[in-house]
This record gives sequence, structure tokens and C-alpha cells, in this order.
Amino acid sequence: MTDDPRDGLAAEIPSLRAFAMSLTRNHAAADDLVQDTIVKAWTNFDKFTLGTNLRAWLFTILRNTFFSGRRKVRREVPDPDGIHAASLSVLPQHDAKLAFNEFLVAFNKLTAEHREVLILVGANGYSYEEAAQMIGVATGTAKSRANRARTRLCELMGMAGPTGNPTLADAQSLAVVSQSGLAVV
Amino acid sequence: MQADPSIAIAKQIEENLKRVYQASLTEPVPDRFVQLLAQLRDKESKS
Repeated sequence: MTDDPRDGLAAEIPSLRAFAMSLTRNHAAADDLVQDTIVKAWTNFDKFTLGTNLRAWLFTILRNTFFSGRRKVRREVPDPDGIHAASLSVLPQHDAKLAFNEFLVAFNKLTAEHREVLILVGANGYSYEEAAQMIGVATGTAKSRANRARTRLCELMGMAGPTGNPTLADAQSLAVVSQSGLAVV
Repeated sequence: MQADPSIAIAKQIEENLKRVYQASLTEPVPDRFVQLLAQLRDKESKS
């Protein structure tokens, strides 16, 4: 039995699907994107430097595939499944469910570029340097894009952005979800 | 001392982002990907 480093690809599929979903906001498109990414990664695996971050390499292939694909086909259909799946999670407070759904509605309205940088930095914990490298921009660009994305998110939710004049009430309404203290199903 | 609401908001956005991301992460992997990897391996061993 040979030790094929490509065996590590299977373990990355959940992360790839999650990242693809944040870009496409559509389950079918997300899985098609992951499929294309895996085929590309497999056939180009000689370009991957063993010992470096496999996930970051795969994420870069995925996002490049997504954005170059969009230049060919203008087809962005937000998937209600994304919201539906979230509403299936068990949130005891009616308020908490509403708050998270409100967040999702706003999130769906962001541009893919904004969703991308927020998910890489906010959800994946990549540094701005790492995210910038995957996106193919300067670190400062990634930072300012993330700030604009957060501001836009707050605007869409009808509250002042992080650099505006937010009130404690704004912070509290966003906090309702986390106070429920439950993991998302 | 009053907490800075803009920091609180940025933190809450981050937590919501993680929830969005986690939602997909915990789904079971569809068969099509298991099959895909098997097909890729298979094609290679035959060539």
C-alpha cells in the first residue's frame, strides 16, 4: 500500500463544500464547484508543495474556478435552501432564529467577493496575509475589503456599521444568536 | 467603563459567519465525491 498524499483530499471535502457554499449560496452550484476543484487538484497535484497548507491550496483553486466561471456565465441564484437549512437548527428563542435568518438574508445580498473575504478571515481564521494570497490581492486590499464587507453587512441589517455610530442595542440584537449558546445543526 | 459597540458588532459578525460556515461543514459528504475520488484513482491505475 503506497502512501499517496492525495489521500488527504477526501478529508478536505467538507471544508471545500462549506467554502463553496459561502461563495455560491446554492447547494447544487457549490457541489459542482467542489467537483471541478477536486478534479483540478488531482490532475495538478504535482504543483502542490508537500508540507504546505493543503486546504489553502485547494481553497485557492476553488475560488479561482468560481470567479473565472462567473465571467463566463452570469447566473447567481441565491438558494433558499441556505436559509431553510439554518432554520432547521434548534434555536430555542424565537428572537435568536429571527436574528440569524436576518443575518443570512443580509449575507446572501453581499457580493461574492465580500462573502469570500469574510468567510476566509472570519470563519476560517486565516490571517489577512493568507487570505490576500488566496484571493490574489495585496494584504491591505484584503483588509479594506473585509472592513467594507462588514460595513455593508450592517447596512443591510439596518444598523450602523462597525465604523459608524453603532449603539449597544445593535450589538445586542446581533448577540441574541450567540447567547442561545447552541451549536448549529 | 462602557464597552465599545463597534468591537462587539465585529465580534458578533464573526460568530455568525462561523455559524454559516459550520452549517455546511457538518453535513454528510455526498456519495458523488466518494465516487469521484475512486474514479480518479481508478483511471490512473489503468493508464
